[in-house]
Amino acid sequence: MPVETLQEKLVYGRPQVLADVPNHYCPGCGHGIIHKLLAQCIDELGIQQTTILVAPVGCSVLAYNYIKVDGCEAAHGRAPAVATGIKRVHPEATVIAYQGDGDLLAIGTAETIHAANRGEKITVIFVNNAIYGMTGGQMAPTTLQAQKTKTSPYGRNPADVGYPIRACELINTLDAPVFIERCAVSSVKGILKTKRAIMKGLRNQVEKKGYSFIEILSMCPTGWGMEPREAAAWVDSDMTPVFPLGNLRDR
Amino acid sequence: MAVTLMKGNEAIGEAAIIAGCRHYFGYPITPQNELPAYMSMRLPKVGGTFLQAESEVAAINMVLGASAAGARVMTSSSSPGVSLKMEGISYLSGAELPAVVVNMMRGGPGLGNIAGAQGDYFQAVKGGGHGDYHCIVLAPNGVQELADLTVKAFDLADQYRIVVIILGDGFIGQMSEPITLPAPSGRVFDKSAWMLSGATGRDPHVIASMRLAPDDALAHLNARLQDKYRVIEKAECMWEKSQADDAEFLLVGFGLSARICRSSVSALRKAGVRAGLFRPITLWPFPSGELARAAAGKKKILVVEMNAGQMVEDVRLSVLSSVPVDFLGTLGGVTPSVDEIVERVRSYAR
Repeated sequence: MPVETLQEKLVYGRPQVLADVPNHYCPGCGHGIIHKLLAQCIDELGIQQTTILVAPVGCSVLAYNYIKVDGCEAAHGRAPAVATGIKRVHPEATVIAYQGDGDLLAIGTAETIHAANRGEKITVIFVNNAIYGMTGGQMAPTTLQAQKTKTSPYGRNPADVGYPIRACELINTLDAPVFIERCAVSSVKGILKTKRAIMKGLRNQVEKKGYSFIEILSMCPTGWGMEPREAAAWVDSDMTPVFPLGNLRDR
Repeated sequence: MAVTLMKGNEAIGEAAIIAGCRHYFGYPITPQNELPAYMSMRLPKVGGTFLQAESEVAAINMVLGASAAGARVMTSSSSPGVSLKMEGISYLSGAELPAVVVNMMRGGPGLGNIAGAQGDYFQAVKGGGHGDYHCIVLAPNGVQELADLTVKAFDLADQYRIVVIILGDGFIGQMSEPITLPAPSGRVFDKSAWMLSGATGRDPHVIASMRLAPDDALAHLNARLQDKYRVIEKAECMWEKSQADDAEFLLVGFGLSARICRSSVSALRKAGVRAGLFRPITLWPFPSGELARAAAGKKKILVVEMNAGQMVEDVRLSVLSSVPVDFLGTLGGVTPSVDEIVERVRSYAR
């Protein structure tokens, strides 16, 4: 076939709302993948102009610099409260609280549980990498038993500091949430499933259904002291037995 | 305008609604519970949102979200609860978001008691949260002024994109007085250049206090805040002077203490002692210049507070060594009596 008759068809590109700037995430970190998925979903739903993103304190503190929608800072753990305030003023907007494990399950546990219990019509994206990344690798509420971190140098000892908390299961005890799912971005299959879950969580807002919670198991190679490929394998081998993947609720 | 009998805490609520506030987030604490109760009753009837938060911390962060979204928004609490709100007040200040925060002070420190007190002057006026910031602090001395200053508080908050604290106490909040409800100010503030509403037909807006890069970005933000504070200091001082011009002795108090000082001035005048009153209405900005002018040539200043001596520091800074400053304070939710104030001032005259 002569070359000049070939038709160019774009099958993949940078999502429009994903800013074309270098990000600060470490090589192998899951945030980049999750940002891209979130950006794709915002593009595909056509909600760039009505989305408001609440960024947490943690590695993704600058999320509003990477996803080009209206953005709001929140104090550590307070993203669901800030998102509540925004959503109550703009019920027609799609409001997203993007949070890490320390933010959502330690300092912000009360805000997490009560926003879910009220059934705030927001979407919470919970990135669980079992460690505090930004502050240099301290123990998180989701740090696994025996996992070594900067503040559990001999391994997390449940007799001393308890067991990892399962956010999805905790939220699944509440009546109001409409969607609860745990995914992982450690494999291509997992990434595709994660995108579907984020899409559902956002669509639930567009359709004014209610509170959606998406937990995403994600890699922190720097915090874990692993190569990126090793870190992805560790999500599957060590994290998923403690944090089982799957949908817990879809109303 | 019709005169209505209203409780202080309820007057704030109605005045807030008059001012266009349609969002209130709070958490129960005595002695300000009438205010959230009033808002929970009234706001749904005017198309607003009342939400009882899971904590004071959550409430102030809901305020932050609603303010970022462009709404006129209020929260209220009393001393221990306001301590919890300090995180959010610092973030609001750094992000230059308007909000109205009511503190009906009670006895402290710690859980203290539920009587009215004035022990949170330092917290409200000198900071309380972290970082270099100021809130405008209004100190009403009765129910009418609570209502009037609430309407003004929303305008000041929007005009300067700043947190305005209404600093009352449990007694002011609980007392009932006949008042004339204030009229809306009619002032309109355009928030379209910064508020979050979804980036329709414009570039995205970001509300944040954090400045990481370049290295001097945070210094620039702070310099802008300080410039704003200097403007406010010049433009927004409020005070009341009563029988001060010919006075030999000047009483200085705010809020409830000022009411007691006013009665003391009358009693002293009846007894032939020329006393007068200076009452700061804004505690920040503090009316230092006006106080210094009012104090010139007086024999003595007596500062009366329901604390161990907080505003007295600002009074001393205002008059420096030009006039001797004495202090009378009551602790732990006890109110000063007219008798003890009169006795103290008469001791100067003897």
